[in-house]
Amino acid sequence: MSVEITSPHFKANAREALADAPLQQALAKVGPGFIGKRAAAAGKLPEFEALRDSARDIKDHTLAHLDLYLERYEAKVKEAGGHVHFAVDAAEARDIITRICRSLDAKTVTKGKSMISEEIGLNDHLEAAGIEPVETDLGEYLIQIRGEAPSHIIAPAIHLNKEQVEADFRRVHTHLSPGRNLSEPTALLAEARGELRQRFLAADVGITGANFLVAETGTSIIVTNEGNGDLTQTLPKAHIVLASLEKLVPTLEDVSQLLRVLARSATGQEMSVYTTFSTGPRRPDDVDGPGEYHVVILDNGRSGMLGGQLREMLRCIRCGACMNHCPVYHAVGGHAYGWVYPGPMGAVLTPSLIGIEKAANLPNASTFCGRCEEVCPVRIPLPKLMRHWREKEFERHLTPAPQRFGLAVWGFFARRGWLYRPATRLAMGMLALAGRRKGRFASLPLAGGWTRHRDFPAPEGGTFQAQWRARKAAEADARAAKGAAR
Amino acid sequence: MTSSRDTVFASVRRALGVTSREAPRLQEVGDRIAGHPRGLVPARAQVPPAECIALFKEMVLAAAASIDHLPSANQVPAAVAAYLRGRNLPPTILRGADPRLSALPWGQEPNLDVWIGPSDGRQLAGLSHAFAGIAESGTLVMLSGPDNPSTLNLLPDHHLVVVDAADVTADYETVWGRIRARFGAGIMPRTVNWITGPSRSADIEQTLLLGAHGPRSLHVLLVGEPV
Amino acid sequence: MTVPPSLDAALSPPRVGLFCTCLVDTIRPSVGFAAAKLLEEAGCEVEVPLQTCCGQPAFNSGDRATSRALAEQVISAFENFDYVVAPSGSCAGMIKAHYPELFTGEPDWTGRVDRFCAKVFELVSFLVDVRGVTHVDAAYPGTATYHDSCSGLRELGVKGQPRRLLASVDGLALVEMQDADTCCGFGGTFCVKYPDVSNAIVEKKAANIVASGADTLLAGDLGCLMNMAGKLQREGRAVAVRHVAEVLAGMGAEPALGMPATVEARAETARAKR
Repeated sequence: MSVEITSPHFKANAREALADAPLQQALAKVGPGFIGKRAAAAGKLPEFEALRDSARDIKDHTLAHLDLYLERYEAKVKEAGGHVHFAVDAAEARDIITRICRSLDAKTVTKGKSMISEEIGLNDHLEAAGIEPVETDLGEYLIQIRGEAPSHIIAPAIHLNKEQVEADFRRVHTHLSPGRNLSEPTALLAEARGELRQRFLAADVGITGANFLVAETGTSIIVTNEGNGDLTQTLPKAHIVLASLEKLVPTLEDVSQLLRVLARSATGQEMSVYTTFSTGPRRPDDVDGPGEYHVVILDNGRSGMLGGQLREMLRCIRCGACMNHCPVYHAVGGHAYGWVYPGPMGAVLTPSLIGIEKAANLPNASTFCGRCEEVCPVRIPLPKLMRHWREKEFERHLTPAPQRFGLAVWGFFARRGWLYRPATRLAMGMLALAGRRKGRFASLPLAGGWTRHRDFPAPEGGTFQAQWRARKAAEADARAAKGAAR
Repeated sequence: MTSSRDTVFASVRRALGVTSREAPRLQEVGDRIAGHPRGLVPARAQVPPAECIALFKEMVLAAAASIDHLPSANQVPAAVAAYLRGRNLPPTILRGADPRLSALPWGQEPNLDVWIGPSDGRQLAGLSHAFAGIAESGTLVMLSGPDNPSTLNLLPDHHLVVVDAADVTADYETVWGRIRARFGAGIMPRTVNWITGPSRSADIEQTLLLGAHGPRSLHVLLVGEPV
Repeated sequence: MTVPPSLDAALSPPRVGLFCTCLVDTIRPSVGFAAAKLLEEAGCEVEVPLQTCCGQPAFNSGDRATSRALAEQVISAFENFDYVVAPSGSCAGMIKAHYPELFTGEPDWTGRVDRFCAKVFELVSFLVDVRGVTHVDAAYPGTATYHDSCSGLRELGVKGQPRRLLASVDGLALVEMQDADTCCGFGGTFCVKYPDVSNAIVEKKAANIVASGADTLLAGDLGCLMNMAGKLQREGRAVAVRHVAEVLAGMGAEPALGMPATVEARAETARAKR
């Protein structure tokens, strides 16, 4: 999958997504699935809200001391016999990983799910270098064989239905009997398990991401339900961890706090099935495990965020709760966002990584309903950060001209009450008259965006302020008349 | 020539407005790592040993694993044989060289074929001894090493795990303390696996299915009573 | 209306500055009158200072300068009241939750803004939480469902209060729709910036409203109400859409949002305003 960016075409993407019936059917399952489960998990744990505060505080503390925790982490990885490589940008990270694979004469590489690897476009690069990457997370495998990008950060193939998966398996697993029955998800899973099992055992190098990096011990942590990350990191000759630098956490106790909120926020599980703590290569008396352990730490824009108004975004632990609760995501799915990270977290992170010029649609395509912030385990103020991007856009005059003009006109009148009040009286009077018979408009000049899908209610006529003042004046007159009469 | 490492550290320092040599910050970081404060532990995970075992059983079952509570380790071979029979599996088990497993009365199950070593993916059932159990979420803690190769946790279809009731803690934090005691402060083995139930995936139409890549079935053999 | 007597005992009636909101001002003034009536019945003295807009459209579009200028206007016009009440969670939320942000790092303003924001309230939560109102003297025959507008709910905690007061309305049956607290897709300028996405969201909301079986839709924000009414009416649904204040103030016989005024309704309106 390539890192082609289609975020500038969000509106067209969205329209396509809305007309895509199988996608809409799949999306209809997202809310009911994830929302209820998270609420149930949070409800069962009385300390859940306090744990969110604790998680946020740990992240904030770490970010404020990131230089020191990175130093510690690096030292501990080396002490355990591992290697640490720093990559300033995506290109460098790709090169480092390719170099390591080449040094081991790697033909096949298994991959645990890694959003960073999507961000840097690793798979295409490896293929061009003659190395075959095999995605082992089932969702990632499904989209890999379709040549698609993930549409969700923890459930990458959430947009697919089982008929599509069956069609893809038949197309790709040509060595298997055409007459086999693949109508049930259990059969599909069994087939994937069989196919990937061979790849796991044959792989030369295993590449995983990391949910967390622990400074105290030089440990990388992956969290899966499938066990694919474990097979990826245990069986091959080398284990490469690819992680961005904000994944640092100080201690094992600190990471336990974060783990208490991660699975609950993501899928409503108390704990994911496999939480694996990896430190260095195999030890001299181990009977299995990789001979080499490499950690590639990627910056690619994070240090820039650290010093500014987007620091809070670096708390993100990639649980996906925000997009699971987002009405916009429910409507259009992840691909519409046009790059690697969808939903509210994608709306905030993407402009930092690819620039606000390309990503402008993302922080704008939000109603600011606030549900994302309500469920974020580390309390990232996502709407506030999206608004920050809108301010940056406005400052740089990137806001579309008609919108900017409309708001300027509104602002002009709103700041001049003496103009605003008569102007609105006049306008509303006219509209009220025009809309008197039906009570609403099916179409209205300059309001095409609204009336395309909705009627526009006719104003009652006369503004509240004008009517109120008239009423008060009448009351004053009545009192004066009464007073005079006495 | 500035290395990438230098560039990244310079960027981070610039963003934070620090030199990395400021004494108060170094102190704070040093203290946190040395002191590793526990943080907030849920009340559920602060129960006495008897309740802890009950909670562990409840959570193991909730994670779709199965559990047998055996009065002593001597019953383990019989329990393993019974499990294999019950699932219609051949009477073969692969285990690690863990001395606690080696000390078991395997002779009592003469029909049981016991192999020792890491898994290469061809075995149907594996047996490990857990380092600990965590009642808070019904989690097993497995350490890599010759005693219990990590491949046993992942490759066989059926994973059986012996855990001593005395090694079941209520919370995660206690286990970290025990790992520090065993390996030294700041030191970890190659892999620590927290395992909570059998492998699963919901990637196909949000349908939850067991046995994605790891074991389809996880069976816990809880031995003895808490100290 | 029941107000605990102790509140009114020794104090002179609190002076409330009614922030009518630009949508109420321009589209549906009767909501402003309903709000004033409810506040007066709760023992408050209501005034309506000259006002325009809270600045939210500018704020959410990234135009801090305009939002700041409008915030100063609002604060100057309203700060000498005991309370500032708006029949809108969105506008009250803008003022209460976001005005402080517009003045960060300005010691001259900070205290003044904080003191001001402390007395700003959404209408129904003001009646229930501050004035202690537990019951209204109103009648409304029908089945209503209540939509929780996002800002009111998540910025100001407005959820139980409208339901509590609606429960006291004679003849009114309240039914909950599915996903009552899910966004309706209005989002201010969002609905015209991304009309197709907004439409998809409001379609779901309309389906939930219809499925609830209610003949009336109520909410505390006119923007949301206009959005939902517009969709229901485009779909030809016979659900009357009103602001919750109208029903609580006994003004539920006025023409519903987007409905033409009938002769009877016009007479009723004139009576209610006297």
